[in-house]
Amino acid sequence: MSLIAARGLALRYGTRRVLHDIDFVIERGEIVTIVGPNGSGKTSFLRALLGVVAPSGGRIMRAAGLRVGYVPQQLHIDPGLPLPVARFLSLPVRMTPQAMADVLARVGVPEVMAQNMTTLSGGQFQRVLLARALLARPDILMLDEPTSGLDQPGVASFYRLIEDVRRETGCAVLSVSHDLHVVMSASDRVICINGHICCEGAPHVVRAAPEYRALFGLGTGGALALYQHDHDHDHEEHAPHAG
Amino acid sequence: MLDDFLTRALLAGLAVAFATGPLGCFVVWRRMAYFGDATAHAAILGVALALGFQISIFLGTMVIALMMAMIVSVLAGRGWAMDTTLGVLAHSALAFGLVAVSFLPAVRVDLSAYLFGDILAVSRFDLAVILSGAGLVLALILWRWSALLTATLSEDLAHASGIDPGRERLVLTLALAVVVAVALKIVGALLIAALLIIPAAAARNLARSPEEMGIAAVVIGCLSVWGGLQLSLVHDTPSGPSIVVVAALVFLVSTLGAVLVARLRQRFGASG
Repeated sequence: MSLIAARGLALRYGTRRVLHDIDFVIERGEIVTIVGPNGSGKTSFLRALLGVVAPSGGRIMRAAGLRVGYVPQQLHIDPGLPLPVARFLSLPVRMTPQAMADVLARVGVPEVMAQNMTTLSGGQFQRVLLARALLARPDILMLDEPTSGLDQPGVASFYRLIEDVRRETGCAVLSVSHDLHVVMSASDRVICINGHICCEGAPHVVRAAPEYRALFGLGTGGALALYQHDHDHDHEEHAPHAG
Repeated sequence: MLDDFLTRALLAGLAVAFATGPLGCFVVWRRMAYFGDATAHAAILGVALALGFQISIFLGTMVIALMMAMIVSVLAGRGWAMDTTLGVLAHSALAFGLVAVSFLPAVRVDLSAYLFGDILAVSRFDLAVILSGAGLVLALILWRWSALLTATLSEDLAHASGIDPGRERLVLTLALAVVVAVALKIVGALLIAALLIIPAAAARNLARSPEEMGIAAVVIGCLSVWGGLQLSLVHDTPSGPSIVVVAALVFLVSTLGAVLVARLRQRFGASG
């Protein structure tokens, strides 16, 4: 059966209608990307699927015992809270040092274990968030604009990492983006949302769809192609540590 | 041993420090400082009602503190502007309490004991209530520690991990009300929030993890209680403010120490 399904989902904040008539299904191992302009309700949609906000109409069904790995768009850590990476990975369930070292190595930041979360660079921080999500051995990874703070090579290598993880673990990936140009090329489906589902399909189909064009405009005149990342070189910054 | 009023005072103070240490950390991390103030100030209203209806002071303050904490919690959830709302509620509760006490007929009410604490007057019964109240809060926080920490970090992350942040908020609200009720006798309504915030803030300078910060806050709280008690005995100063004065001095020292260490590190480089 599918991991998560929504039927006729509607969501309101007060009198404001944020989402309506959303039918959605994600299967095991599928990569689905949700795109929509700012304020289109895509983050609310993700939060509804997570169970953070209760829908005002329709139903959400989750597979029994579903394990979710959630990577938030950003995470503000109060400067009053001293939080080493190792402690963060062990929230709320204690992990063994070995498991934490393994997952940090997997996401490409083996050196940050003892560092405080607030001292990480944007790219490292995002990878640590992903590492924590992976430790839950998720059936589905949910990513809310996971690359918003990264530069283009950073985005490419982050998405490559997600693809590798998906291949290794077989988990489904549901991510949200405001920009179709940086959508993972490996997406099985792209869903374009603006209060409701405007159109959906393979990435190149959505890009050509009139609904998508109407929503995002034709301003670029086709100058921007769907983001294709290069596998032959790596721009990722790994600043050498002083001393 | 418990016959000695000093022993009772010290035990009661230490017990409260064990509860306010870790709870105070959450107050700091969640930026609930003013929230703690509002709840504590409402305690005076609780005192007035307890005296008026002739019920236990502990019970009266706990019920009113809990009500205040719930109201604030609900209003916060509805997106009211928090510092204005809390400012209105905290001071209104205090003012209503003070006015209500003045209506009590012919009772000689020593209000300063409730405003500033009266740790040297802790009776055996008081001690029993304070020990169990503080023990309850400490147990509650230790039990929920990981869930509370996750919910403090991010409500969405908590949800994804199967934790209900609303329930964790309720745990903190409840703990806060109990702490207000048992700490009233120690530092008084005006300074309960200080006992929550100052040891935790001082501990922040020394700690590298949330657990270290909680333990350090307990140690600093205990030190403040002990030092304040000595100060109060030797110089006949009011006990509650004396405890807070010592805590403030510890905060000052730990902050200056942290600044100094950072300077030295900078000067001698990471290679050292």
